[in-house]
Formats: sequence, structure tokens, C-alpha cells
Amino acid sequence: MNDFTDAFKFMGDNTDLLFSKTGEQLQLCGAAIGISLLIAIPLGLWLGHIHRGAWLAINVSNVGRALPSLAVIAIGLGILGLGFVNVMVALIVLAVPPILTNAYVAIDGVEGDAVEAARGMGMNPLQVLLRVELPLALPLLFAGIRTAAVYVVATGTLAAEAGGGGLGEIIFNQASYRLAGVLAAAMWVTALALLVEGALALVQRLVTPAGLRRRAPAVGPVVETAGTTT
Amino acid sequence: MTAALGTKVAAAAPVIPNFGGGGTCVRQNKLFCWDWFSAHWGDTFQPALLDHIKLTLIAVGIGFAISFVAALVAYRFARFETPFSVFSGILYTIPSAALFQLLVPVTGLTTTTVEIALVSYTLLILFRNIVVGLRGVPEDVREAARGMGLTRRQTLLRVELPLAVPAILAGVQVATVTVISLATIAAFIVDQGLGSPIFKAIPTTFNTEFIAAGALTTGLALAAYLLIAVAQRLLTPWARRARPA
Repeated sequence: MNDFTDAFKFMGDNTDLLFSKTGEQLQLCGAAIGISLLIAIPLGLWLGHIHRGAWLAINVSNVGRALPSLAVIAIGLGILGLGFVNVMVALIVLAVPPILTNAYVAIDGVEGDAVEAARGMGMNPLQVLLRVELPLALPLLFAGIRTAAVYVVATGTLAAEAGGGGLGEIIFNQASYRLAGVLAAAMWVTALALLVEGALALVQRLVTPAGLRRRAPAVGPVVETAGTTT
Repeated sequence: MTAALGTKVAAAAPVIPNFGGGGTCVRQNKLFCWDWFSAHWGDTFQPALLDHIKLTLIAVGIGFAISFVAALVAYRFARFETPFSVFSGILYTIPSAALFQLLVPVTGLTTTTVEIALVSYTLLILFRNIVVGLRGVPEDVREAARGMGLTRRQTLLRVELPLAVPAILAGVQVATVTVISLATIAAFIVDQGLGSPIFKAIPTTFNTEFIAAGALTTGLALAAYLLIAVAQRLLTPWARRARPA
């Protein structure tokens, strides 16, 4: 247990280092999530809205889940070399599938009656999507983003191996930082992941329309998507 | 201190790599050198692949046993569900690179450390799917079983569990693929599995080794995924039609 005492001492002595590495990791992860959202959300919303492409939307997540993150980074190292681009690509490859699938499933699953009613009220397709389908789909959609974010923070730690910086640089460099530093960074990144997860869980609750709240899924980071549990 | 040494050994490969052979392809570090791969299949990749499969099977096996018992308890006594969900959810959220390292002071640089971490990532998925599978059994069916005079245990074994098989296998599928993915990172702790050539290639930036190990891991994960999907189809012929989306 002495090791852990040393780790806390390391934290006290190297707060600046840990904060700057955390900043690096958050930047990397934030950018990856941002780009993934830009790719996956419009596509998922559109496919869900027209109720087409279930095969694509669901299988992309199954295949995505099957891709080992370190393997994606390794193959990227072969093709793209060390550096930011490789890491970014790997993170996006891992983050897009859960967001896309959940966006699709969420919109596709909105009750037909509600959509029908909206159309009957004279809304155009865009209004139906934005004012009816999207609010009803938000909890599930957000669950996908949450899954992706947790993935990305975890994998972002591996990014250090490919020159991506972040807390992984300490975790994978025992030679320089010793066990104390490695453990300190490991605890730090654990706290970071739990914080991200907790914060997103909170946001998910907030974006859930009041009428849906009682049906909201129980605690837990993974909301299994249609492709897996059924 | 032994811990520090061990990790260094696992992580640091020689700076000047012994690429073996010395064909032009290897010297120019092209994307993929088939010669090198086939020359090293026997001493590097095949053992790594087998180790990887072994690590995965043990982790999924133990994880399933724990989750199965926990799920049965939670199914019977609903108040246990949230605590176990939260507990396994927290474990699941911890980044694997961190969890492996955090266990080192406790269980050392051993396969035990690796397996504890790998098992902890299966719990949430398996537990959740087993409970969801059992809960998903239609009330009518349960009623009918009771009406036929089946005891609680008989209902569970003969009616509820068989009907939960698709959901349970879906969980096994995701858990297996997750473990295959995370077991690569385990190579940082013990020199086993397909992660080991990846970590060894990092200081040398030898493309063939990256791509071969990466592709083998991905292939293994996809193979496992498909294999369990086939098993699911074979085991549940009644579920082939009309599975709700």
C-alpha cells in the first residue's frame, strides 16, 4: 500500500504536470467527440427520419464494437505514422458507431402516432424532425454520446502510445515517472473518466423531456443498442 | 521495485530492432512485409494469438459465472440490482490502461492482475443482459408455467432461462469482443497476447508488426463476434422470426 501513498505524494508534488496532461487529453478527446458528432448525428437523424439504412446504422456499431482500440491505433501507426492525425482517426473510428446507431434507433423508434399528429398539424418534415422526433429521441441519442465519450476518454489514454499526449504519457512511461507517477496518473484518469460519465449522465437527465423521465433508463454507462440486446 | 523492472521489460523493446531476415521490404519498412510475417508467425504471432484466446476465454468464463449468479440474485431480489449495476458500471468506466496499473501494487505483474481487470469489464455487460433477458420473458409465459404446476426453480430452468438465451448470448458476444480488445492492453503488464507485438513495435515503428498484430486482433474479434452470432441462431431456432427491434 506504500505504493499508493507515494502516488498521492506524486500528485501533490506534480499537480501542474497532471493538470496540463489532463488538459491535453481533454482537448484531444473533445476534438474527437466533436468531429464524431458532426459526422454521426446528422447521418443518424436523417436515416432515422426516413426509416432507412437500419442495416448500416446497426451493423456499423456492431463492427465498431468489435474493433479493438489498440489494434486500430496500431494499424493507424502502420498507415498514418505517429502523431495527432493517427490518434484522431482512431478515436473517431471508435466514437462514431455508438453515436450513429443510437441516433438512428432513437429517431426510428419515435412513435408513429406522434409523427402522424405532427404532420396532421401541418408541420413540414424538418419541423417534425426538430420539434417532435428529436426531443423524444434525446435520451437515447444522448446515451450513445455518453457511451462514445467514455470510450474516447479511455482510448485517449492509449493515445500516448501513438504520440497523442495526455495522461497516458505518464501511465506508459514508468521509466521516467516511476510507479508512483504511473499510479497517480492512473487514478487521475480514472477520476476523469468517472467525472465525464457522471457529468454526461446528469446532462442526459436534464435533456430528457419531463414526460419521458419516468421511463428513463437506470444508472449505468452502456445503454445497449437495438443491435445487441435484441 | 520488481514491478518497475517488469513493466520496463514488457514495454521497452530494443531501440535498434532485430527485424530478422533483411529483405528490402523490411529494410524500407514498407506497409506490410509478407515474408517477415510468415517467418515470424511460428515464434511470435501464433503463440500471441493462442495466449490471447486463452486470456479471453478465462476472463469471459469467470465473468459469466459471477454475473450469472449476481443476475439471478438481482432477478429474485430486485433491490440488489442497482448496487451491482452501479458497482459494475464504475468498473466499466475505469480506463483499462489505468485499471491494469492500479492493480499492479496489489497483485503484481501477473496473469492474475490481467484477468481481474478483464473480468471486471465483462460484469456490467453480462449482468445487464442476463437480467434484461430474464425480465423480458412475457408474463403470460410465466403464468402458463405456474399454471402447469412448475415450481419457481423449474420455471427458471425450463422456461425463463431458455427464453433469455438470445439476450444472454448477445451479452456474451459484446463481452467477448470487449475482452479481446482490452486484452491487447494487458501486454503492458504481462508479455502475452497480441498486444505484445504492438507494444514491441512502438519504439521501432516497424509497420509490418503493427499491422499484423492489429489485423490479427481485429480478425479475432470479428471471428468471435460471428461465431457467437451463429451459436445464437442455432441455439434459439424459435427466435429467428419476429425478433422485436
